Amino acid sequence: MSEALVLPTRRDEDWRYADAAFLAASDPATLMQWSEWTIAPGETRRDYRVLASGALAGGTVERLRVHVGAGGRFELGLVNAAGRYARFEAEVTLAEGAHFEFGGVTIGGGDNVQEVVTRVLHAEPGATSNQIVRAVQWGRATGNFLGRIEVARDAQQTDAGQNFKAILLEAGASANTKPELEIFADDVKCAHGAAIGALDETAGFYLASRGLPPAEARKLLIRAFIADAFAAITDEEARLRLLDEALAVLDGEAP
Amino acid sequence: MLEITDLHATVADKPILKGLSLSINAGEVHAIMGPNGAGKSTLGYTLGGRPGYEVTGGAIRFAGQDLLALAPHERAAAGLFLGFQYPVEIPGVSFVQFLREAANAQRRSRGEEPLSGGEFLKLAREKAGLLRMDMDMLKRPVNVGFSGGEKKRAEMVQMGILDPKLAILDETDSGLDIDALRIVGEGINAIMRAPGKAVLLITHYQRLLDYVKPDFVHVLAAGRIVRSGGPELALELEEQGYEAVVA
Repeated sequence: MSEALVLPTRRDEDWRYADAAFLAASDPATLMQWSEWTIAPGETRRDYRVLASGALAGGTVERLRVHVGAGGRFELGLVNAAGRYARFEAEVTLAEGAHFEFGGVTIGGGDNVQEVVTRVLHAEPGATSNQIVRAVQWGRATGNFLGRIEVARDAQQTDAGQNFKAILLEAGASANTKPELEIFADDVKCAHGAAIGALDETAGFYLASRGLPPAEARKLLIRAFIADAFAAITDEEARLRLLDEALAVLDGEAP
Repeated sequence: MLEITDLHATVADKPILKGLSLSINAGEVHAIMGPNGAGKSTLGYTLGGRPGYEVTGGAIRFAGQDLLALAPHERAAAGLFLGFQYPVEIPGVSFVQFLREAANAQRRSRGEEPLSGGEFLKLAREKAGLLRMDMDMLKRPVNVGFSGGEKKRAEMVQMGILDPKLAILDETDSGLDIDALRIVGEGINAIMRAPGKAVLLITHYQRLLDYVKPDFVHVLAAGRIVRSGGPELALELEEQGYEAVVA
């Protein structure tokens, strides 16, 4: 209850990369609101969402809290292409044998700050989660992934994976990632990896030498890069739509 | 077709090509041989327009155009193909996906109709067959998990699909076993031995030249062509080594 009334600042670890001016100007009741979902045991829910470019000038924060029942599955695909401050936050609690599959992409330029924040609670044994986040930024934009995995005392045979990679197309862009693991069980597999770099120039020249114009070559390489995030999404149509939505931003704005 | 005049080029501010001149006419096969560090690969990359290979002097005319004024993809569309010594692996992008886009980008820039999916696959299957490569391999990500020999054959399949006027083949023979060498050699002949086409082979060894017979052989040393001759020059090099011939 009290949580809904406190306005976060950048001193809060979870908000350290957020846009301070946006936070200060926000109404805490709106900002700190959660959508709450429950997925019944054994059921599957899929959600694909796009925070669209240009839709909101000032900023947007979406927060989703999901409880996945025993043996259930939650599949979430996200493209965060909005500005100027756009944050998507998911808090997912997994019961016994449940699975959370997450693919997220932040993509944008200008002064955009685009954040993906997840907190996955493996509350019971045998739950699995897989999170793949890709960031493509240019201009002075920032892409952030803060991912926290918590494994409860009794949640043996947990298997949790988290992977973040960023490509910065211009020198002024940046990316931040902070994986956090809090593990109280002892029979647990948790993996995380992160890499931040530029687009592979050698691959770009190889494609150009075959006749692909630079914009098309870059689009092909970026498509391959972000496709990783959506590789596990089982709905083929949704997967392609997410890819197209992300790449459309590149067409309009990228350097 | 290709006229290189007094070419000077640097890589990371280090002069590599120091006054190289070379003229290639349609219908000819030229071989450039030379010791390590002579500038052979730099010549290939400079002709292809690779970023970082800076031309500091001289001129290159290709098919009536100033080659140096063209971006790499425009050079390809003008009919230049560069076969890589180390073909690049690109995860997540399949050969057929990118080659169809590349072929059609070239066609568009020449004012030709793009190939349909069906037409493209037929062409790709034909060229893969020429190099005895399984079509399924072209559906895989570019060069990922390919052996050295498979990569070189895939280069030649790409050359067949793109149908260039001039092929610059940088050590296409390296990494090939005896059978693959013959297949690649025959592939080059089938694709490039035609009126209006020409080949520049960059190689260390005589062995590829047994299959692709050159009309001219040049020795590149310290950034310049120091000797030119007929096919017999390659044999002389093989027998006596570069040191004796260059000296």
